[in-house]
Amino acid sequence: MEGYIRRKRFNQIMLGLSGTAAGLAILIVGLMLGYILVHGAAYINIDFLTHGATAPGTPGGGMRNEIIGTLILVGLGSIIAVPIGLFAGIYLSEFSGRRTAAGMRFAADILAGVPSIVVGVFTYAILVKPMHSYSALSASVALAIIMIPVMARTSEEAMRLVPITMREAALALGITRWRAVVSVVIPGALTGIVTGAMLGIARIAGETAPLLFTALGSTFGYNGLSKPIGALPLQIYRYATSPYKDWQQQAWAGAFLLILLVLIISVSVRLLTRRQKYGR
Amino acid sequence: MIDTGVKPKTKTRLADRLFPRFTSIGGLIIIAILVNILIILLLEAWPAISHFGSSFFGTSIWNAVTDVYGALPAISGTLLTSLLALLIAVPVSIGAAIFLVEIAPSWIREPASFIIEILAAIPSVIIGLWGIFVLVPFVRAPIEGWLGSLFGFTPFFKGPQIGYGFLAAGIILAIMIIPIITAISRDIIKAVPAHQREAMLALGATRWETIRRAVLPYGRSGLVGGVILGLGRALGETMAVTMVIGNAFKISPSLFYPGSTIASWMASQFGEASGLSLSALIELGLILFVITLAVNIIARLLVWKLAGGEARA
Repeated sequence: MEGYIRRKRFNQIMLGLSGTAAGLAILIVGLMLGYILVHGAAYINIDFLTHGATAPGTPGGGMRNEIIGTLILVGLGSIIAVPIGLFAGIYLSEFSGRRTAAGMRFAADILAGVPSIVVGVFTYAILVKPMHSYSALSASVALAIIMIPVMARTSEEAMRLVPITMREAALALGITRWRAVVSVVIPGALTGIVTGAMLGIARIAGETAPLLFTALGSTFGYNGLSKPIGALPLQIYRYATSPYKDWQQQAWAGAFLLILLVLIISVSVRLLTRRQKYGR
Repeated sequence: MIDTGVKPKTKTRLADRLFPRFTSIGGLIIIAILVNILIILLLEAWPAISHFGSSFFGTSIWNAVTDVYGALPAISGTLLTSLLALLIAVPVSIGAAIFLVEIAPSWIREPASFIIEILAAIPSVIIGLWGIFVLVPFVRAPIEGWLGSLFGFTPFFKGPQIGYGFLAAGIILAIMIIPIITAISRDIIKAVPAHQREAMLALGATRWETIRRAVLPYGRSGLVGGVILGLGRALGETMAVTMVIGNAFKISPSLFYPGSTIASWMASQFGEASGLSLSALIELGLILFVITLAVNIIARLLVWKLAGGEARA
């Protein structure tokens, strides 16, 4: 009987501890998000959104150019990554034999695990060095390389969810296979494909390490694809590690914007995938 | 073939044959990128590789004046911080995963999982910003002061309590890998069949005994895979670590000292690098690539065997 009581007590302690662990994880997220949102929102103002950078101590500085820079880089990166990732997803889910599919899927997973700084160095070697200049183009390529595996795997998963009966129905009507993919499978998986693109965008919008090697940063805004360009995460890094109070405050404001983007994307992806689940 | 008089629609047939090949370009590009990363890094690092040979791994100097470069402090710093991160993150993550699958009432599960997953989406540079202004002061005063007064006699907790250093980097890495390990462990534990639990409970085991002896052992290889996947992330994490580790190129047993990891050293030194030092930095990148490649391959194989296989079947 005593043994039973001891076991029961131990049971309660361990279950309590695992609850504490979950609570701790949630607490960390809450503390971090809360701090960034509250602290960052305090420094957001019109100047921050509409003005370029100023010297430390000069009021009225902002990250307008960096915001535009991030939009350009993420836009261009997505334009490169979405078709490549989508093609890979189509091939993986629709066409390839088991072995090729397994190999490519494995490669996509491995590429997703390659540290982004390594991708940055790689892009530096293949684009920045030959072009003799840091550039918006090389930064977009680096971001695209990071986004491709995300896009490929999520769109593949989405297309696998399209019931095989829908494909068979299309083929039974005499449609060719590629036509079945384009007109039946892709529309059926559209929510998932969009989800993949959004997740990829959320991921690359905040990437900083590869930009150090490719975009370099510039406070003058967009100067053409072959010239250095500023970006929000780069500027947050520079300002956060600077000794100037007003720059640090702008770093918080920039973090607020970036995290708002990430939160909006995360929540809408959540809503999208939920509707997809119940709708089926 | 009997001539039926019906001509096959060669046009559509051609399209049908070409479409798979066309889409396979996407997959081939992924493989090509991976292979090219290895080749290009090798080529770019070659001056350093041929110049320093294996002594690169044993040298603790990074001197642009004498042009001597070594990787030892960066490699040991990477291993130290990642190990520290695992020590903190593994119990928290697996505990949280157990709670989310086995204990939590169903209305908590979804929102709680979602909140933890958001952590994985926060950009590294923002976590670093939070690290500089919130975590480092917290590590400096309460944590290092407390550890120093309790364990100051050991070499691991000696030295200046400045906040920036291995300890802060380990904690920030732990925070960053908790959502990864939690999400994978949760899926693995979920995939353990119910009869596994029922048999144990029917024998009179408590819930914890069931989890400890029937659930966790069943998913062991998947859980290990999840932990290794978290390790892979920690090894290559750059910005947040660079911002809190202090960026010193030194080996020291004390967790309080500033140091560097491979990734943080690359990020902090790249601006000044050229010629041989650039090549040496790229060799660091190559080392990081090879390590994370190995770690990720092992992890994927372990996780696939369980969660992947079952989810797909």
